[in-house]
Amino acid sequence: MKRREFLLATLGGVGTAVASQALRGGRAVAAPQKGGQVIVGLSQEPTVFNPLKPHIEVDRGVHMCLFDALWRMNPQGQFVPNLAATIPTVENGGISTDGLQYTIHLRRGVTWHDGAPFTAADVEFTYQLIMNPKFDAATRVGYDGIASLTTPDPATVVLKLSKPYAPMLALWSDTYIVPKHVLGSVTDLNNNVFDTKPIGTGAFTFGERVAGDHITLEANRKFYGTGPYLDRVIFKYIPDLTVMFTRFQTGDIDVTGIQGITVDHFDEAKRLKGVTLHTGPTNFVEYLWFNLGRPQFQDKAVREALYLGMDKQSYIQRIYYGVPPVSESYLAPSSWAFNPNLPKHEYNPDKAKARLEEAGWKVGGDGIRAKNGVKLSFSNSTTAGNKVREQAQAFLQQNWKAIGVDMQIKDMPAAVVWGDYFFKSQFDSVTVGWNIWGEAGGDPNVLNWFGSGYIPVKSGKGSNTTQYANEKMDRLAEEGVSVVSQEKRKPIYQQIQAILHEDLPVLPIFYYVNIEGTKAGLQNYQQNANLVSNVWNANAWWWAK
Amino acid sequence: MGRYLMRRLFQGGAVLVGVTVIAFALLHLAPGGPLAMYTLTTSMGAEDLARISHELGLDQPLPVQYARWATNLVRGDWGRSYRDSRPVLVDIADRLPGTVELMLASLLLAIGIGVAVGILGALRRYSIFDYLATTGAMVSLSIPTFWFGLMMIFVFSVSLGWIPSGDMYSLGKPFSLLDRLHHLVGPVTVLGLVLVAPWSRYTRSGMLEVLYQDYVRTARAKGVPAPRVVVQHALRNALIPLLTLAGVQLPMLFGGALVTETVFSWPGMGRFFVDSLGYRDYPVLMGILIFTAILVILGNLLADLLYAVVDPRIRFG
Repeated sequence: MKRREFLLATLGGVGTAVASQALRGGRAVAAPQKGGQVIVGLSQEPTVFNPLKPHIEVDRGVHMCLFDALWRMNPQGQFVPNLAATIPTVENGGISTDGLQYTIHLRRGVTWHDGAPFTAADVEFTYQLIMNPKFDAATRVGYDGIASLTTPDPATVVLKLSKPYAPMLALWSDTYIVPKHVLGSVTDLNNNVFDTKPIGTGAFTFGERVAGDHITLEANRKFYGTGPYLDRVIFKYIPDLTVMFTRFQTGDIDVTGIQGITVDHFDEAKRLKGVTLHTGPTNFVEYLWFNLGRPQFQDKAVREALYLGMDKQSYIQRIYYGVPPVSESYLAPSSWAFNPNLPKHEYNPDKAKARLEEAGWKVGGDGIRAKNGVKLSFSNSTTAGNKVREQAQAFLQQNWKAIGVDMQIKDMPAAVVWGDYFFKSQFDSVTVGWNIWGEAGGDPNVLNWFGSGYIPVKSGKGSNTTQYANEKMDRLAEEGVSVVSQEKRKPIYQQIQAILHEDLPVLPIFYYVNIEGTKAGLQNYQQNANLVSNVWNANAWWWAK
Repeated sequence: MGRYLMRRLFQGGAVLVGVTVIAFALLHLAPGGPLAMYTLTTSMGAEDLARISHELGLDQPLPVQYARWATNLVRGDWGRSYRDSRPVLVDIADRLPGTVELMLASLLLAIGIGVAVGILGALRRYSIFDYLATTGAMVSLSIPTFWFGLMMIFVFSVSLGWIPSGDMYSLGKPFSLLDRLHHLVGPVTVLGLVLVAPWSRYTRSGMLEVLYQDYVRTARAKGVPAPRVVVQHALRNALIPLLTLAGVQLPMLFGGALVTETVFSWPGMGRFFVDSLGYRDYPVLMGILIFTAILVILGNLLADLLYAVVDPRIRFG
């Protein structure tokens, strides 16, 4: 198992040459060397260490080092066992044919950082804690479909579901197991010693947090899996991205994490010596996100015309230096569910105008189209201060002005745009990057995003802020989560992507590319678009001296 | 004196209550909220956000939220940060040593250079030195700190490699005083130069005012040595406006300097406040505001009390 994991962790990544050489030879030609530390620069500060509490992306990176889930998704989109010994499938009998029962065999001999043994009781406790009304869990969605979780023996967990739920494996890949012997005895579940001294099973143990500055994790020498080879990993908080780049230049940080290197520094970064740049596309898609509750967007012709009138190529070329690839779907080509046959976007302002004309949107005296007293005018919002996106908005404004559409830019601080303004559908349109695949733990499920029962202003749940409602979509999205076999799910999600491309409740623009830098010599750093943080395999990192 | 102090402290208390009401209202009435941070990065849906909002009490009417917060505060409970679940006072206390280290070193540098330049400028009024000092003060006041800090890093860190490009100390290395001081050079130079201007200007004008007073001329006529005239007769009296400046700058000592902290990746209060504002971490924001308000009130009171020490003409009644 160790060897297989090592292979998986290194495939296709940095240091592949060294690793494959080692494996081909059958003996350790360039075996990983122990020692040293890595400083990862982060533009946001990780502060939440209980992995079940509400958290943000950077917190997740720390969780990945401190804790383990039952399994983790690798860059190729396959689940790799962590605390589980194997991945349950229908074939190996881990998942019952009706998709209602999951039998999970746990790895034996794993210990918590404090030495206590890890058992099935910890998995059971983790589930119970998530469902405990006294605990402020980040989410209970998905877990609430588990009818029972039992532990027939200390190394086996059996899940029984009330109805089949295909994203179950993805859900547990993002469920970090917490220790029962620590959290089971605290009086206040929400505020306790675990928040400042977390104990996990992961490759690194918690060292210290200097608030507002850095977090130090020390190597867990009793780790059950590969490595860790480093002595420690330090997450250093550097709020400004220009400063982050400068500090990477001076060699003070070894890895530029999360937001990495901004596109405007890309050329300069390429000229740096002694560094390796990683530029893999992510599953983050940049969208123009409509609020279909607005009368002008209810007309499909308008959405189509806006897509036709968007000069996507120049948008990417001029504003984003041509770095990110064009997107037509919410899924990336690396996903098993990706539909490669979606029609390619076409920039055609004349066709856009014609479409609007035939739908009855006529140009008024001010040059802006209108129909039945509704003007083709709306606002577009995003987080204020994001320079590159601001340029993109201005570019789009020009594009659409040419077809008689008026878009006003209304940017606001993050805490404003992404609060009630977004969740209660008070916006006209927003420019936003989402990772729908990754947020579900690596699953194409879209129920929460495009299901008509998941419109927050109507039902109080979900994330369908665009207020998209389509019966066929609802049926397919429900079906997609109730069929367990990946083979059978694939055509369903291909159809879902085709419908979204046809209806255009949101306009996909491009796939984000994370430009990240690592100091040369750091081995096994590997981007993983299926997870929200690239420190996912820090246990396998090592320094070539 | 005792009665005066009582009166001032009572006034201070009233101001503090006012500050909390206004700050609480402004922070909560401003659009946005603390849950927005979860929207962009996790799979939390509207039902999760509503649940967390209820558990934090954010769905209560504002006066109810204020009453609960204020009652807890009176009991000594400043609340917990939404971001890291720790008590607000612990969070603030954690940022203090780093903040004071940076600010105190910068202020001492600024005062040292500023007062010396101010005295020399006053003694040699309209000399080349005086013109240079005046121009220097103007430049240091108008130079953008962010740019200046980055330039420092580019020249002395990236190109010359003389100073570290940031942090309080080398991460992952054992404690060393030399290492700490080395890391102070960059941020203290930037911040010290920004702060030096008011000190030199105040000192210069204060000195000029007293240097031409009759008692200074008398002292000189009596044959008192020049250095003694400057230090004992002139400077002591020129100190009064400087005390006001010190009183006003006292809260800065604990309040931090946002831009310098950002450029040099320094964990100070300035950054903490702005980050908390970005996340709408209400308990922390209120905590910092009260803490700062107390410092402002105390700083002013202290300056007023010190007037009596340096100026015998001032009496409190």
